[in-house]
Amino acid sequence: MQNVNILIVGVGGQGSLLTSRVLGSLSSRLGYDVKVSEVHGMAQRGGSVVTHVRFGEKIYSPLIEEGKADIILAFEKMEGLRWLHYLKEDGMLIVNDQAIKPMPVVTGAAEYPDNILNRLNDAVSKVFVINALEMAKELGNIRVSNTVLLGVLAQNMDIEKQLWKDTLSGIVPKKTIEINLEAFERGYNIRV
Amino acid sequence: MRELMLGNQAVARGAYEAGVAVATAYPGTPSTEITEFIAKYDEIYTEWSPNEKVALEVAIGASMAGGRAIVSMKHVGLNVAADPLFTVSYTGITGGLVIVVADDPGMHSSQNEQDSRFYARAAHIPMLEPADSQEAKAYIKLAFELSEKYDTPFIVRLTTRVSHSQSMVEIDKPQPISIKEYEKRPQKNVMMPAMAKARHIVVEQRMKDIAQDSCRFEINEIQEGDPKVGIIASGIVYQYAREVFPKASFLKLGMVHPLPKDLILEFASQVDKLYVLEELEPIMEEQIRSWGIQVIGKDLFSVQGEYTANMLERAIKGTDIDVRVAEELPNRPPVLCPGCPHRAVFYNLKKMKIMATGDIGCYTLGALSPLEAIDTCVCMGASIGMAHGFEKARGRNFSKKMVGVIGDSTFIHSGIGGLIDVVYNKGISTILILDNSITAMTGHQDNPATGLTIKGEIAPALDLVALVKAIGIDNVQVVDPFNLMESEAILKEETQRDEPSVIIYKRPCALLDKRQASPLMINKEKCTSCGLCLRLGCPAIQKQDDAMFIDDSLCNGCGLCKQVCRFNAMERVD
Repeated sequence: MQNVNILIVGVGGQGSLLTSRVLGSLSSRLGYDVKVSEVHGMAQRGGSVVTHVRFGEKIYSPLIEEGKADIILAFEKMEGLRWLHYLKEDGMLIVNDQAIKPMPVVTGAAEYPDNILNRLNDAVSKVFVINALEMAKELGNIRVSNTVLLGVLAQNMDIEKQLWKDTLSGIVPKKTIEINLEAFERGYNIRV
Repeated sequence: MRELMLGNQAVARGAYEAGVAVATAYPGTPSTEITEFIAKYDEIYTEWSPNEKVALEVAIGASMAGGRAIVSMKHVGLNVAADPLFTVSYTGITGGLVIVVADDPGMHSSQNEQDSRFYARAAHIPMLEPADSQEAKAYIKLAFELSEKYDTPFIVRLTTRVSHSQSMVEIDKPQPISIKEYEKRPQKNVMMPAMAKARHIVVEQRMKDIAQDSCRFEINEIQEGDPKVGIIASGIVYQYAREVFPKASFLKLGMVHPLPKDLILEFASQVDKLYVLEELEPIMEEQIRSWGIQVIGKDLFSVQGEYTANMLERAIKGTDIDVRVAEELPNRPPVLCPGCPHRAVFYNLKKMKIMATGDIGCYTLGALSPLEAIDTCVCMGASIGMAHGFEKARGRNFSKKMVGVIGDSTFIHSGIGGLIDVVYNKGISTILILDNSITAMTGHQDNPATGLTIKGEIAPALDLVALVKAIGIDNVQVVDPFNLMESEAILKEETQRDEPSVIIYKRPCALLDKRQASPLMINKEKCTSCGLCLRLGCPAIQKQDDAMFIDDSLCNGCGLCKQVCRFNAMERVD
């Protein structure tokens, strides 16, 4: 098997840690070598954050190089565009249709680009645009939007569905297992 | 059993398996989690010390008392601990002593990117450098063994990418904690000139012995491959190089000081072209070159920032790697959180045109637009001494239009000395202590003022008001930063004084304060789009199509914008 490279990007505080923990746990359960690289410290305070997940027979570097990501999972759409050069030629992009304005935009020093989804669609052949926040609101908890995205990711990977659900249940707080599984199903069943 | 572990967690596991008795630290990215994980082992006494110097001194004491001790810090923390570091090299140890230092190439969360390997050389202390979590655990255990074998402290150097990446770790059984007999040994443990002279001879011989023996250490390993390209590397750079050159010959160094000279000479003789790949300073390269060996290193790479696998491929293979062009997009710098109490202080400072020397913590973000209230940031504790320096250079009238801004934990770490200096040398500085009841930037660690230890036990809480008064500051006021009017009046009063003063801004970190206030919304009828609320730099307040709106998923309900708005347009959502 070829090594699998998944880049998770978003804004500090969006909770990308859950996704990388599920992926890490899942791939080690499957017996793969796995490395996950995270961001801690200053950038977590609302900055642009990136998590690298790599698994396969033997992984040396914990980082995905530019042009080598098989999948980019973007929790925020401008961040999807920012890290797009990490995606390989025929890679897949899963992007949350949410805009979080960075401070230079809030203060008027810069403008939030208005045609991001078009630019992503033009640049990448496999793009999934998901309104995860809306779905999470429908489920009654905006915090599970990342689990909706995890469902979309799972649907696009060659790993048994039940294994995803078992791993997810083992990682989220007990009280939230049910709503997380619901959110996962919502994402998993999206047909694009 | 195997487990996926953060590098820092693996260091903690290594300490546990090595039978460590005492663990100390001051938090600092990227080293913080090491000690948080160690604290989970009931068997190990663990503490947050007030600063890295104290942390190392406690560890030295524990070691001399006969137990194994570990102390952890970030690279700049080792500057603070440098004084005891250089002399514990002379005394050596009784129980094994390991100093873990985490460097931050690329400055993900630091004010400089100094290379801690210089300290190993300067202080004559051996240094190991692991390349992943498994090695992090193994090297900690090995460092304790070697520390006791050679009677020297050991440094284990990490970098951000090793500290903050997870990889698989084999779990082993811990060895029990054992404390050696205490024995009075003044010749070894009292470093006065006569004894220190004798110990310096021991240190020199010890380092020669280790350099010789390290040629046979398993962690320094020749991995035979294509002899055309030979690569010497350690730590994370070894992993990058392995990705790019799967077939090359490698000399992987687990010990980066002292270098195994004979082993390196042997490797050099086996390969046609020799590369030394190391982030930051050319420390190995210069030593190897001084032995008359031709190597390629920093002529291809910069001393700035991190290496990447693509960078190595481009520079060494000379190949072009075809990747998409990175987009030009608005930056997304880190920001003060919605509801952050610091924001209120900076808003007032800017409004009143008061200049501020700054310090290290979340509040350093007050330097960024739109608040732009902080003019300087150098090191832990510097805000106070620097404010005093501004006064002595520019005079009292200037000092009345400025303040020093420092957090609670940073003040305890190394601001106290600065404040003593202000009083002693008749300064009139006004110092703002932003007391948010936690060490926030590094991820919420307790400190001497919070009333809790790292293990969550109740501890005597340092009384900042009493401390400041004891130093000789007669004018101390405590204010809630969210009371903007009162805060403004107090700022005016204290900065105008011909005496030094301290204002303690007391309100818990927004991420700590779980009281849920309902979010605010903007009444569009009343809002004139004047944009004053945007000057708060709150991520929840945004401008859309020339109208202000509040993102209720971000708003924490602090109500600061309600105080600022002149048209009463901010209303609470019920």
